Amino acid sequence: MTRRDPTRRRELLLGLLGAAAAFGICEAVSRAGLVRRSYLPPASEVVVRAVRLAGDRAFLDGIGVTLRAWALGLGLACALAVPLGLLLGTVPVVEAATRAVLEFLRPLPSVALIPLVSLLLGSGTETEVTLIAYASLWPVLFNTVYGLGETDPLARDTLRAFGFGRLAVLLRADLPATAPFIAAGVRISASVALILAVATELLSGFGQGLGIFIAQAQTSTDGTRDVLAGVVWAGALGLAVNGILAGAEHRLFAWAREPRPEARRPRRTTPQPWTRTHPGRDHP
Amino acid sequence: MLRLDSVSRRFGEQHVLDGISLTVPDGQLLSVVGPSGCGKSTLLRTIAGLLPAQEGTVTVDGTPVTGVPERLAVVFQEYGRSLLPWLTVRDNVALPLRRRGLGRAARRAEAETILERVGLHGVARRRPRELSGGMQQRVAIARALVCRPSLLLMDEPFGSLDAGTREDLEDLLLEVHRADETTIVFVTHDIDESVYVGDRVVVLSAGPGSRVVRDLPVTLPGERDQITTRGSTAFVTLRTEVGRAVRAVRGAPPEGPR
Ligand SMILES: Nc1ncnc2c1ncn2[C@@H]1O[C@H](COP(=O)(O)OP(=O)(O)OP(=O)(O)O)[C@@H](O)[C@H]1O
Ligand SMILES: [Mg+2]
Repeated sequence: MTRRDPTRRRELLLGLLGAAAAFGICEAVSRAGLVRRSYLPPASEVVVRAVRLAGDRAFLDGIGVTLRAWALGLGLACALAVPLGLLLGTVPVVEAATRAVLEFLRPLPSVALIPLVSLLLGSGTETEVTLIAYASLWPVLFNTVYGLGETDPLARDTLRAFGFGRLAVLLRADLPATAPFIAAGVRISASVALILAVATELLSGFGQGLGIFIAQAQTSTDGTRDVLAGVVWAGALGLAVNGILAGAEHRLFAWAREPRPEARRPRRTTPQPWTRTHPGRDHP
Repeated sequence: MLRLDSVSRRFGEQHVLDGISLTVPDGQLLSVVGPSGCGKSTLLRTIAGLLPAQEGTVTVDGTPVTGVPERLAVVFQEYGRSLLPWLTVRDNVALPLRRRGLGRAARRAEAETILERVGLHGVARRRPRELSGGMQQRVAIARALVCRPSLLLMDEPFGSLDAGTREDLEDLLLEVHRADETTIVFVTHDIDESVYVGDRVVVLSAGPGSRVVRDLPVTLPGERDQITTRGSTAFVTLRTEVGRAVRAVRGAPPEGPR
């Protein structure tokens, strides 16, 4: 179903109202002197600073560096995770053989790997891209495997009946059926990648980027205001990326929101560890 | 020629097909009737090579089939789910033509022609899930006919159609069958329909362990017509015979309640 416009407008309005309220509270708390100004500068000052940063060449170059690492890492993650997921989801032997390793690696907090990877690869782009790729691998991988499990077996049988071979069935039935799940995974990974990009820069502490800006702002006068302005940028980037990806999903996978006719699918026999992120239906 | 030699199939402990033997000559339209749950769909899936026969063999043109036979087309009972929701109606119908090395434009043109023939106008660019059940069913039929199969399996293909459309499609099927000499296995619940379209009708017994209990040649002229054929004495005699066999299989009294 497409969302009806009044609902959408109401959601947008409520969102803006919430943002305005949060802004107002921060502003009031600071202006009323409830906390020291150097701890929490008024929200208006932070926002003004953030807007002025948009005219700062050096800062924008930094954003460019961060976004480049973000895109490289996310792209690398997708290029690895989708084929790997297809392999895991269609060849049970591989899935069984790798499950233990994957279940060991998955809960490791990627941020904790920053020192290790920095040690191995130095504190340049390689480290940043590697860490981003590692962290964003998981949502895409698990969603791909999960999506394959949800593929209607009748779609596969149909293609087989019309004479398509194994690979053709994978590419023409499994992959398109799983695409909405993969896209949802990519959207989640996009946020994860942004976190990793900023965190790696913050912890490694030199070069260029949004994380570097935040790290260096800590030591300057008016530090908190600049740190917060950097944080506002990080948040805005995350919001923009998520919005763009969610919009693209909405347009590309309209078919996935239509109810499937008379779903009579075999239930899974063994419980699967794969996390579920249902495409499209996460906006009620 | 399609040949089944004592084909049996179980699902776990449940016996579904129990030694089905059938020989379908090239170009025959075989109607299959039987009570719900007796294994008609299972039979078609076995012929299609989607389910391996556990016992017995299926041979097409003398060679035992292990996979999907060449130049096969299937209309599944769950026609709606068998349409790929991410493709347009036209691309769904054109799909089997990919295996014939036709260009994109040629595939689409053929798809649109066959869509017109099943009475679907102006839906080529819609997505299957935007259509009604009966329309989806006709898309699935169009997709099966577009590739001019030599073996066509149809599982209750007209079940969701209104009476008029149904008659039109029965006649279209007969026309295609006559023109291309397609071998067709046609599963239906409708006794009259089984006789009207069939060259031969087989009745399966109720499960568990379904077998062929009646095998009737349809002695009607090749040229058929919805009004005169269905009104003819030969037709009425045949449908009565099939009807009796189906009632017997269900365990109902042969003449119905008084
Ligand atoms: N994949 C399966 N797993 C387990 N049992 C199955 C499976 N497919 C079919 N069956 C069982 O086999 C029997 C025959 O099913 P089938 O679908 O072939 O019947 P049918 O004659 O086509 O019925 P209908 O006329 O209602 O379509 C049923 O009892 C069904 O429960
Ligand atoms: Mg059936």
